[in-house]
Amino acid sequence: MTPEPLLQIRDLHASFVSYRGLARVLNGVNLTVGRGEKVGLVGETGCGKSLTMRAVLGLLQPPRARVRGEIWFAGRNLLALPSRELEQIRGREIAMIFQDPMAALNPVFTIGDQLLDVIARHPKGRPSATEAWERALAILREVALSDPERVMRAYPVQLSGGMRQRVLIAMALVNEPALVIADEPGTALDVTIQEQILLLMRSLVDAKGLSVLLITHNLGVVRALTDRVYVMYAGSIAETAPTADLFRTPKHPYTQGLLASVPKLSGEGVPRGIEGMIPDYLAPPPGCRFAPRCPFAQPRCQQPPPWVTVDTDHQVACVLYDAAPAPRLP
Amino acid sequence: MRYSTFLIQRVLLSVLVLLGLSILIFMIARVIPGDPARIALGPLASRSQIEALRAQMHLDEPLYVQYAYYLAGLLRGDFGESLYTHRAVAIDLRDLFPATLELVFYSGLLMVVIGVPLGIVAAVWRDRWVDHTVRLVSLAGVVTPAFVWAIVLMLVFAYALGVLPVAGRLSPGLVPPSAATGTVTLDALLAGNLRAYLDFLRHLILPSVSLSLAGVAQAARLTRASMVDVAGRPYIEAARAFGISESRIALKYMLKPSMIPTVTILGLDFAALLGNAFLVESVFAWPGIARYGVEVILRKDLNAIVAVVMIMGLFFVVINFCIDMLVGYLDPRIRLRQMEDAA
Repeated sequence: MTPEPLLQIRDLHASFVSYRGLARVLNGVNLTVGRGEKVGLVGETGCGKSLTMRAVLGLLQPPRARVRGEIWFAGRNLLALPSRELEQIRGREIAMIFQDPMAALNPVFTIGDQLLDVIARHPKGRPSATEAWERALAILREVALSDPERVMRAYPVQLSGGMRQRVLIAMALVNEPALVIADEPGTALDVTIQEQILLLMRSLVDAKGLSVLLITHNLGVVRALTDRVYVMYAGSIAETAPTADLFRTPKHPYTQGLLASVPKLSGEGVPRGIEGMIPDYLAPPPGCRFAPRCPFAQPRCQQPPPWVTVDTDHQVACVLYDAAPAPRLP
Repeated sequence: MRYSTFLIQRVLLSVLVLLGLSILIFMIARVIPGDPARIALGPLASRSQIEALRAQMHLDEPLYVQYAYYLAGLLRGDFGESLYTHRAVAIDLRDLFPATLELVFYSGLLMVVIGVPLGIVAAVWRDRWVDHTVRLVSLAGVVTPAFVWAIVLMLVFAYALGVLPVAGRLSPGLVPPSAATGTVTLDALLAGNLRAYLDFLRHLILPSVSLSLAGVAQAARLTRASMVDVAGRPYIEAARAFGISESRIALKYMLKPSMIPTVTILGLDFAALLGNAFLVESVFAWPGIARYGVEVILRKDLNAIVAVVMIMGLFFVVINFCIDMLVGYLDPRIRLRQMEDAA
C-alpha cells in the first residue's frame, strides 16, 4: 500500500538559542514521503512546519540552531552529510517552492540570470549557453508564462506576483528534482491567482510524477492536492492519515478542533476556534504539548503521548486511543 | 524613455547645481566684511589707488553686473587674478589641482580595493575572529582623524624606519615628466618614464594611506553591515535552497544588492576626501589645491576662493553624477522608476 519511502524524517529535534533562552521548537518529528506521493503538512502559524522544511534542506545552521535526529533521503542521512554534498542535493534532487514570490527572487538580477544559474547546476552537467536558454524558455512555457523571452529579460519588479510565483515554480522544477517541498505556495497572492497556481502545480506534479511535501495552514489546499496528511502541533506530529480519512474521521482533539474552525460556505454560525495559544517554546508543557488547550486532558497527558495506530495508515499521538499500548515508532 | 535621455537629464541637472553654487559663492564672497581692493593694496595705499583698483575689479558696479562679469570669466576658464600671488588664478589651479586630484584618486582607490573586500570577508565569516578583527580595526580607523595618521605614519615609516620619503611628490634629483596633464601618473606613463612613476608611488604611499584610512574603515563597516542585512533576506535563503554555491551567493547574490547603499555613502566619502586633504597636504608638503584653498581663504583672496570653491563644487557634482549612474546600474528598480517618471 505505502510506496517506497523517498524522504524519511525520524525523531527530528530542533532548538534555537535566543537571548531569552533555548527555544525547543521541533520535538521529535516523524514524517515519511513515499516516492510519487503527495503529502501535506498542516498546522497553525508557528507550529514548526517551515522549520521542518528548512531542516530537510540543511538551511538551519549552527551555532544558532541545534538540530538532532535523522533525515533520510534516497538512502543518505542528510543531517550527517558534509555541506558540500548537501549543496549537490539542493535544487537538484530536492527543490523548494517558496512562499513569498515578492521576496524570494533577487531584485537586482533579471529572471534569466537567476534561472540560468539554476539550470547551470543540472545534475547531468552544465548545458551549453544556447541549450540552457532553450531549456529556460521551455520551463517558462510549462508554467504557462506567455512571452517567456520577455520574462527572461525582466527584473522581478517588472512582473506581477502571480508571474513571479510561476517563475519560482519553474526554477524549482527545471532540474527535474525527485522531491518538491512547497511552502504555502500562493498564500501571498489573492485567492483567484492562488487557485490558478495550485492547479498549475497539481498538473505539473502529476505530469512529472514528482513527490511533494506541501506545507500549509490551509485545509482546503490540503484536501485538493494531497494523498496523505500530517497534522503538526507545536513541533511534533499529532496525527497522520490518508487525506480522505483525516477529513472524515479526525481522531486527535487538535485535528478535530482544526477542522471545526474552518468557516462553512453555508455561512451558518461562526466557526469555533480552539481556546488558548501555541505554547511558549522556551518552557513547553512536559508531556503532550496540546494538553493545556485540550478539552479531554487527563493526568496521563503529563507524560509524552503514545503513538497509536487506529486504522490502516492512520496514526495518532494521543492517550485517548491508547487502549492497547502500541509501540512507539522506531 | 531611453537611457541616453536619462543621462542628458542628469547632466543638465548637474549644470544647474553648478550655476546655483556659482551664485551662492559669489554672494558669500561679496558679503564677507572687508574691502578686497584695500586688502590687496595693503595699509599704505592711497585712496585714489584703491578707487582705481576697485574700478578695475568692477567692485564699484551693481552686484548683478559684477556677477555677469564673473560668470563670463568662469565660462572662459578665467577666474581673474589672484590678489596675493598676482598670477592668474587659473594658472594656480592648473598647477595645483592635478596633484590633489591624484592624491584623492589613489585614496579613493584604496578605499574601494581594500575597504570593500575587508567588509565582504567580515560578513562572510560573521562573528568569527576575522570579523571581530576587521570591526575593531575599522572602528579605530573611523574615529582617528587623517592628520593624526599622517603624523604617526610619517614618524614611523619616514623618520624611525626611514623606508619611505618624508614629504613631497618626487625626489629632488628627478626630472619631472612633461607637464601635459599635471598628474605624474599620466605624464610619466605617457612618456614611458617608469622610474618617475615608481618614485612618485613611493611618495604617494604615506599621504594616500593617511588620507584614506578613515574611508577604508568606513567602506569595510558599510559593506559588512549591508552584506549582513542582505544575508537575512528570503532571496538569499532561496538561492541557497536552489543549490547555488556559497561563494557564488556571497560574491553575486549578496554583493550586488548590498553595494547599493554602500556606493551612495562611499561616493560622498570619496568627495569628502578633498576636504580632508588639507591637513594631509600640509603635513606632507604635497603641492595641492586643498592647502592653497586654506591659504587664500586666510588672505581673503576673493578670486582664488571663488575658483577653489567652484572647482571643488565641480568635483562633487561629477562624483555625484557617477554615483547616480552607478546606483542606477546596480539597482534596476531605481533605473526603471526614473525612466518611467521621465517618460
